[in-house]
Amino acid sequence: MPHAPFIIASFAVTGVGISWLLISSYLAMRRAEASADELRQQP
Amino acid sequence: MGDTVKIIFVHVPAAWLGMGGWTGIAIASIIQLVWRHPLAGVSARAIAVPGATFAAICLITGSIWGRPTWGTWWVWDGRLTSMLVLFFLYLGYIALSNASSEKGDTSRVAAVFGIIGAVNIPIINRSVVWWESQHQKASITLGGSSIDQAYLVPLFVSVAGFSLLFGALVLMRMRTALAEMRIEARMRRMADY
Repeated sequence: MPHAPFIIASFAVTGVGISWLLISSYLAMRRAEASADELRQQP
Repeated sequence: MGDTVKIIFVHVPAAWLGMGGWTGIAIASIIQLVWRHPLAGVSARAIAVPGATFAAICLITGSIWGRPTWGTWWVWDGRLTSMLVLFFLYLGYIALSNASSEKGDTSRVAAVFGIIGAVNIPIINRSVVWWESQHQKASITLGGSSIDQAYLVPLFVSVAGFSLLFGALVLMRMRTALAEMRIEARMRRMADY
């Protein structure tokens, strides 16, 4: 049984999982902080 | 094992962070309930999703590793089952903390759940000793390591890198929660006028 596809699949799953987590966390942070700042500037 | 041993560089850090994440939730929950530190609940909640993701990555990469090594994708042995239980505990914790009325903060029920769920961490750790398991015994112990140096050093580098990434993720999610709490507080004040 060739091992390369299993290794590639493992690294791909990890890469996709971490990328999703990083991008979604960063965007959520930027959105929430922008909303908070916008609200603070309102009289 | 052949070349599949390279999966160790993603599987082991994911397992470490899945378990370490819940340990962090339990410690933060104790601090929240005993000392009522305002950031404890926020940090526990910020750990939950990254912890669940790493537990899932650990389960999936372990399953992919098991197919060429054991000849099967999954076996219901102590280590795999207790890790799956950890993943479900994370899902339960996320649901409980999202149900909290205070946006950003964590409810006391979720904190108690976080402490009780920590019972599973030593079970995962000792499972390969207590029960017959397909999963190999611990390769790195306080007494030394059975892993070859050529793999051991990159493994430590990988674990350190993943841990820093986890820390950054938790800090980002804490900043999100704090910003949401500021929004909610501001909206309440505006509604009072």
